[in-house]
Parts: sequence; C-alpha cells; structure tokens
Amino acid sequence: MSDVTIPPSDSLAVLEKQRSTAETFGIPLAVLLEITHRCPLQCPYCSNPVELDRSAKELTSDEWKKVLSELAEIGVLQVHFSGGEPTARKDLVELVKHASDAGLYTNLITSAVLLTREKLSDLADAGLCHVQISFQGIEEGLADRVGGYKGGHRKKLEVAKWTRELDLPLTVNAVMHRQNLHQLPEMIQMALDLDADRLEVANVQYYGWALKNRAALMPTVAQLDECTRLVEEARERLKGRLTIDYVVPDYYALRPKKCMGGWGRQFFNISPAGKVLPCHAAESVTGLDFESVRSNHSIAWIWQNSEAFNRYRGTGWMKEPCKSCEFREIDFGGCRCQAFALTGDAANTDPACALSPLHETIFKQAEAEAEGETSRFLYRNFAGGTLESENDA
Amino acid sequence: MAGPRNISVSEASRPVLPRHAKLKYDETRQVWVILAPERVLAPDEIAVEVLQLCDGQRNVGEIADQLAAKYSAPREAILADVIAMLQDLADKGFLTEIREKTS
Repeated sequence: MSDVTIPPSDSLAVLEKQRSTAETFGIPLAVLLEITHRCPLQCPYCSNPVELDRSAKELTSDEWKKVLSELAEIGVLQVHFSGGEPTARKDLVELVKHASDAGLYTNLITSAVLLTREKLSDLADAGLCHVQISFQGIEEGLADRVGGYKGGHRKKLEVAKWTRELDLPLTVNAVMHRQNLHQLPEMIQMALDLDADRLEVANVQYYGWALKNRAALMPTVAQLDECTRLVEEARERLKGRLTIDYVVPDYYALRPKKCMGGWGRQFFNISPAGKVLPCHAAESVTGLDFESVRSNHSIAWIWQNSEAFNRYRGTGWMKEPCKSCEFREIDFGGCRCQAFALTGDAANTDPACALSPLHETIFKQAEAEAEGETSRFLYRNFAGGTLESENDA
Repeated sequence: MAGPRNISVSEASRPVLPRHAKLKYDETRQVWVILAPERVLAPDEIAVEVLQLCDGQRNVGEIADQLAAKYSAPREAILADVIAMLQDLADKGFLTEIREKTS
C-alpha cells in the first residue's frame, strides 16, 4: 500500500505523499518528538502549548525507546528530537543511540545552551545525523533579550563551532519577527561563517505563546517583502553552498498555508507526556481527545483510527466557504489551530484565507499591531508567562 | 572535516555521499530513499545505481564506463546523464568528493 509519488521526469524528486487525493494518508516520513517541555530559554514565540507538560508527566527512557522502535517498524524514516530543550533530558544520548540502532535518521533541534563539547561528541558517536541550532539574533544584546537567557548567544556560537569540528552537518534556525528582521543579511552571513549546510529562515507562526506576543512580534508588510527579496537573492547566490528553507507568516497572504500538509495526512508529533498529535499546536484546540502512547493502542492505530486524527482529515468535515471551494484539496482550508484560535471553531476556514469572512479584520489588526509601539515580551515559562520589564524592552 | 562543498562534477571527480545524506532502501514503501536534513529524496533506479558506485574510490569516468558496459549503451550519453544527476545532487548539498591531499 504505497501512496508515494515520484514524478518520472525528476531523478531526484523530493519524496511526498500524493497531493491529489484528500483521503490518502500513509505513515509519515518524519516524526517530531518533543521529549520535554523543560527549557532554559524563554522565547516569547515558543511553539510549545501555553499549558506545558511538567517533568513528572514525561515519558520515561524505556517508554521513549519503545516509541522509537515502533516508529521505525511502521516505516517512519526520520525523527527530530526536540522540546522544550531536548538536551535537558539526561537520557538523550541513550535515546539517539536507540533510534540509530533502529535505523532512524536522527535530527537534534536544540537551543544549544546546555551542551558541552563532550556531550555533543557522545551524541555524534551515538549516530546523530544532523544538528539544528536556533538563533535569536546576530549579536548578544538582542539575541539574549529575545531568548531571556544571558550568555545564550555566545554559547550557541561555540556549540555551532563544535558541531562542525565534529563533522556533523549544521542547520542554523533563524527565528524571525519584527524586532530582528533587520538583522537578516548578517544572519545569512553568520550561517556562512559558522559553516552551516542549511539555514532555516523561519518567520514566527502565531499560535500559543507567539499569539500572546503577536503585537510585539508581527512584522510589517514592507519588512516581509524585504525578507522575501533577501532570501531569494541569497538562495541564488549561495546555490550548492547553503540550502535556505523559508517559512513565511501567513497573515499577509491571500491563500492559507497547507498546514502540516493537511490534518493527519503527512505528519504527527509526540508530546512529552506521550500524546500523539496532528501538529505541535493541536492541544490548543479544545474538545479533542488525543490518545497517548501509554494507551493500549499502537501508534499506527492511533494515527489511522483515533477520533482526533479523523475529525479534520480529508474534506468531509468542511463548512462553507471551504466545502465547495476549488482549493479544498490544495490547502485543506489552512490551519485548524489558527482557525480555532482566531474564530473559536477549528472547522471554520482559516482566516489567513482571503475567502474567510474574517480575513480582512484580522489582516487589518495585524497590520495595526505591526505599526504599533508594543515591544515588550511575555516570556514563556511554566508559570503561564512573565512580562518583560519595561526598562528592558 | 567534511568534504568540500560547491563542487563541480566532472569526469575526474570521485564523488561520495556526505555523512548527512544516507542512501537506504525503505522496506515499508518499497523504494530507495536518500535521507538528508529535513528531506527525503526519492532517487530513480538509475540514480540509485550511480550512487551505489559513488564510493569515493571510483571517478565519474569509471562509473560511466561500468554502466555503459552493463547496458551496452553509448558512453558519452551515459556520462552526460551521470554528471547532470550528480551535479543536481551536489547543488542540493548532498554530494561531496574525495580530493588528493596536497599538503
């Protein structure tokens, strides 16, 4: 039962699921493992839910190992160890080793600030294939302020250097928003100086913590246009030297993004407590009961049969204007979490779509926020957030 | 350190997949794949055959010789196809080459 399409004209196609059939869903190629929500940084745009899982709820080492074996068995090819900060878990080397032995390609998505050279070297020996380090800016003043962690930027630079010395491929993950977009040219240069293989220019996506901080983060239309221009120019100039992936915020778009490739079609992630989720923001949608790997169901069963995955799978759940829309199998009505956060009903059209009755209002609101004076952050933490002091903003 | 980047594939190149690009047979989907950071590529049959010969020992000319003999096909056409495919992979950042030490 293969639903993989490989265009015959391209000898090196990127492997994807068939795009044309709404009901098709094979086992995802890659799975995101959020092994903990603990993190020394407090980034105001964190993609974790506002309600964080406490460490006592986290899966044990043995439970994660069982998950990894199961994933490899059902045909997952890559796993991303993420968080929170994955290196906050003492068993990370053990987990990477287990994943590698099971034949999985392993990525580490890290803030880097807790790593030592020895730990990184142990991870490399355990079979780690790729390191992705997030950066908040190009100099410590702004970068440490955004991360809410003194000395963080300097440490990240050091770890990036060790990564390349250990012959591990490096991705620089540049998280961009209104307060640091002016640093993008230097950010691209920094990725080159660090000998990175890949740069992710990731504009903040406005869910959870980022939605709470939208007024302090939302870029202006002019900033985004300039960002796109710089990325396109750099891609051309650095072809073969640095791969650049680009994530844009969809507030200023006319068409919504095909979020996660469609709910329950190409992607799932596993939360620190073992919930199997259609995306990392899915727990923000209330009224859905997500099954756990601790239940007596297999991961494959949860993916294929659980109510939460089937609720918004395909097109049957749609209301107008999605229901009769010619793009319904192109973008699947955008993002369910964004629809829920901004309209109160996940089955509504994502307001990022120009066909949503709320599109105009939301666009205007974002535009006004981008032009506004607010720059203070609400820092992410287990206490529900802490507002930045007025003197620091 | 990893091999050089930004390579220009020629008949004399001795290409090899870098550590972060892994060629693997995917049993579940019954296809060959190249696993790379945030990417899964699906090489076609010929690409797989070429990549299996990219061991850092053989050069591109020798690879073309081998394929031309195996398929009784014109060497020049095969060589051009092999170079184009490998250059595409190199431009995506998933190919490096072995160079003689000059020091």
